[in-house]
Amino acid sequence: MRSHSSGISLYVHWPFCLAKCPYCDFNSHVADTIDHPAWRRALLTALDHFAIREETGAGEKYLTSIFFGGGTPSLIDPATVAALIERAGDHWKIDANIEITLEANPTSVEAGRLTDFFAAGVNRASLGIQSLDDAALKFLGREHSAAEALKALETAKRIFPRISFDLIYGRPDETIKGWRGELSQALDLATDHLSLYQLTIEKGTPFYTRDRDIGLGLPGENSAADLYEMTLEMTALAGLPAYEISNHARPGFEARHNLDIWRGGDYMGIGPGAHGRLTGQKARLATLQISNPANWLAQVEERGHGGVPETSLSKEETLHELLLTGLRLTDGIEATHFCSLTGLTLKAALDDRRLERLTTGGFLIFDKAGLRTTDQGRLCLNTVLGELVG
Amino acid sequence: MTDLSHIRNFAIIAHIDHGKSTLADRLIQICGGLSTREMQEQVLDSMDIERERGITIKAQTVRLTYKAKDGETYILNLMDTPGHVDFAYEVSRSLAACEGSLLVVDASQGVEAQTLANVYQAIENNHEIVPVLNKVDLPAAEPERVRAQIEEVIGIDASEAIEISAKTGLGVADVLEALVKHLPPPEGDATLSLKALLVDSWYDPYLGVVILLRLREGVIKKGMKIRMMATGGTYNVDRVGVFTPKNVEVSSLGPGEIGFITAGIKHVADCQVGDTLTEDRNPTAEALSGFKPSVPVVFCGLFPIDAGEYDDLKESLSRLRLNDSSFEFEAETSAALGFGFRCGFLGLLHLEIVQERLEREFNLDLITTAPSVVYRVHLTDGTMLELHNPADLPDPVKIDHIEEPWIKATILVPDEYLGAILQLCTDRRGEQIDLTYAGNRAMAVYLLPLNEVVFDFYDRLKSISKGYASFDYDMDDYREGNLVKVSVLVNAEPVDALSFISHADRSESRGRVICERLKELIPRQLFKIPIQAAIGGRVIARETISAMRKDVTAKCYGGDITRKKKLLEKQKKGKKKMRQFGKVEIPQSAFIQALKTSED
Ligand SMILES: Nc1nc2c(ncn2[C@@H]2O[C@H](COP(=O)(O)OP(=O)(O)OP(=O)(O)O)[C@@H](O)[C@H]2O)c(=O)[nH]1
Ligand SMILES: C[S@@+](CC[C@H](N)C(=O)[O-])C[C@H]1O[C@@H](n2cnc3c(N)ncnc32)[C@H](O)[C@@H]1O
Ligand code: SF4
Ligand SMILES: [Mg+2]
Repeated sequence: MRSHSSGISLYVHWPFCLAKCPYCDFNSHVADTIDHPAWRRALLTALDHFAIREETGAGEKYLTSIFFGGGTPSLIDPATVAALIERAGDHWKIDANIEITLEANPTSVEAGRLTDFFAAGVNRASLGIQSLDDAALKFLGREHSAAEALKALETAKRIFPRISFDLIYGRPDETIKGWRGELSQALDLATDHLSLYQLTIEKGTPFYTRDRDIGLGLPGENSAADLYEMTLEMTALAGLPAYEISNHARPGFEARHNLDIWRGGDYMGIGPGAHGRLTGQKARLATLQISNPANWLAQVEERGHGGVPETSLSKEETLHELLLTGLRLTDGIEATHFCSLTGLTLKAALDDRRLERLTTGGFLIFDKAGLRTTDQGRLCLNTVLGELVG
Repeated sequence: MTDLSHIRNFAIIAHIDHGKSTLADRLIQICGGLSTREMQEQVLDSMDIERERGITIKAQTVRLTYKAKDGETYILNLMDTPGHVDFAYEVSRSLAACEGSLLVVDASQGVEAQTLANVYQAIENNHEIVPVLNKVDLPAAEPERVRAQIEEVIGIDASEAIEISAKTGLGVADVLEALVKHLPPPEGDATLSLKALLVDSWYDPYLGVVILLRLREGVIKKGMKIRMMATGGTYNVDRVGVFTPKNVEVSSLGPGEIGFITAGIKHVADCQVGDTLTEDRNPTAEALSGFKPSVPVVFCGLFPIDAGEYDDLKESLSRLRLNDSSFEFEAETSAALGFGFRCGFLGLLHLEIVQERLEREFNLDLITTAPSVVYRVHLTDGTMLELHNPADLPDPVKIDHIEEPWIKATILVPDEYLGAILQLCTDRRGEQIDLTYAGNRAMAVYLLPLNEVVFDFYDRLKSISKGYASFDYDMDDYREGNLVKVSVLVNAEPVDALSFISHADRSESRGRVICERLKELIPRQLFKIPIQAAIGGRVIARETISAMRKDVTAKCYGGDITRKKKLLEKQKKGKKKMRQFGKVEIPQSAFIQALKTSED
């Protein structure tokens, strides 16, 4: 297995929220009390454990990004964030342009702590605004109002050099017109980055049960496609084109952390349920941490790490992951980059006949530069992938 | 061996669900054949599928010992028969083994189509018939009306028909007395050389191949060397017994008796039902007349969904045939479905049951093509071809004309639904040959093309009449018809497994239906897909599956990657061969979906 670059990223999962949103299937929990010092110690221990592994290249590699995700990371004690950033700097070289993102929910309480996070080293905030409409926020079960969200955004803009926020669209009975209005308002507010997700009904969530039993009235395939196409047009016009299925940025301001992961880069994941990928001696390794927060904490305290047994990915799995994430990107998969990761050319790795059918059909573009999806191909990516390698 | 005058052999016959098996339970119980602990409802329906569906598929024989009111002890051999028309062959063989019939008529429903069909067969076999009126415990029972109906419609004396409830046991003791009194004892000479009718044979996991016999002359004993007169095989009898219904060995069986033997026979195929068994060193001069062989009338293709299961399917079909000699199979290949078998059945229920047993007992996933009948294709060179598979129809220029099988159908239906039923028969090209009334029920006799019947006729009949119409049929003649082959094209490529033969007048509507169904069933693909039905080069129906517009996951973080990758791998593993339809490849599974429902 070849090592592709000298960079590595770190993902920190914070598994707690103030309330559980009815659409959310992330590893997030509502806890009565949180022992912040204990969590700080445990996260540091989990980080130290990664540092002693050869594959993470402590002392040699550059750390290029840190991402505090959740759950609701804006509920972490800022001292914990500061300690983790500092400790990471002890283990790895710090890239001069390191991107350190923290996901924040836009309630007034959390907005008040943004300065502390900035002081701790966070240089990019991602706000979970979700909607600019109070009725929609209520439907989504959010703890904040549109006014609060706008205020939090304003505060964040004053503090952080880079800002992103998330919206969820494709809600029940949402019209093209309604979304056009909300999106243009969002584009006026956006600085350099926006994540626009169509509402997904995930198994095991209250929305899933409601949709199954009484129906949520979600847009059908055609309306969903119309909404998506309009989103592509409007964001491009506003100078924030899509660089991934649901992510938009002013060119040069793409989220480096996610981009690296989607391009097949190495990353460590600490905290309950965090995934990681490392380039091992023989194969790519998938690491995973215990997902139940209490169990995770207990294991870290007892054994010094929060991991479950890790798995080596087969060549085929590695290829599938690369395609799965790489084809979500507008720029697709770069030919030379693919080669350096897999030791194979794209042509050798893929089935000619299938590739040919998808390129002539207008779903994929395959040239010297690499392999990428067309807008149409991206819109049907699940099927395209199935036809390509399924 | 029992004295002839103390033996009574009878078949229990009735329309489906009129209570034959339940009555058999009561008779077994009264005669002490099984203890209360061993007893269960319809104890003779021993196959899972019989118990689940509550119907009898295979005839069963039981020997009962009955102490009559005259103080004498009698041996009663009862044969419980299936009621459904598809299993009429079981009934006819049972009738040939008995002197009398116990006719069960549900007193709440009255005479139905299979009541008639089975009684007529019993009369043809010179049977003495003992009628009983069952289910008189039901509030809806009208024994007097049904008694009159039996006399009027069937034309037998029903004045002494006993009113019973097989469920509660009411009147059942009198049935035993009536059987002893009214049925003739069998005839036969124990001193003559052995002559026995091979009524049935099957494979039993403990006993091996078991043969059910009705003795006409002579005696059969353990150790005897026997010969099958038609096949010529000789075997040494290693077990002689009877079913009580448990199998019990006896020292010998004599004339008039019904029982089983095993004789180290390896293949059920060596035992032809209707064959005559005799003693090898002292054979009887003349064989019994035997049975008309059963002829499959409905054919379909059975294909494993997973091509790797072909050998398993073959093995399973052979095993299943051991216990059901009435279905046939031969290898078949389909461009759409790969390797499989073309199978022949006695009817649609028979088809369904064989398919279900294969799936359940042998754990196979199957895809069944649309049922078809046997056409006689007369070619211009004067030869005739029996066509079991529409896909094999020769080039139309080589065809002089095609004949299709017709049936004579008897339908009994309450008056209020008669109009709709007659319309259904007319729509299906039926020709009325008789229409009579018995009380508030009408009996319509029609000639119908079998092809129109295998195509959902029975379901329509039942739904139009809210379940009240009953239906029975016999094969009639072959007749020339204006028949055409309708091909189904998916993305301009013909799909052999979907093609069918239809009367020209009905081809368009059937073509339209299948196109509409396929449109519903084949999921959207990346490309739009035209679906057409065509006769030769002429398109008679068309639909289009529009191209997929959106299928992408909104977010892909952390665990999503692992989850999506697993999905992709599963898809890859589970993906059956892709089928190329013009520019588009459709997974075989999409299409299997279409075939699965197209016969519902
Ligand atoms: N109320 C009532 N129900 C009965 C009586 N006899 C049978 N049944 C019910 O009628 C249904 C059919 O009974 P079976 O004995 O299976 O009928 P069958 O004639 O053997 O049916 P096939 O073998 O499928 O032709 C069952 O649900 C029985 O419980 C009866 O005397 N009274
Ligand atoms: C990891 S989540 C958590 C961020 C933060 N806790 C919040 O809710 O604001 C990141 C984003 O995923 C999106 N998301 C979560 N569940 C979703 C769903 N079922 N459908 C669409 N988007 C979803 C939301 O926009 C959310 O902001
Ligand atoms: S706040 Fe975010 S992570 Fe927490 S439940 Fe809601 S969507 Fe999920
Ligand atoms: Mg029965």
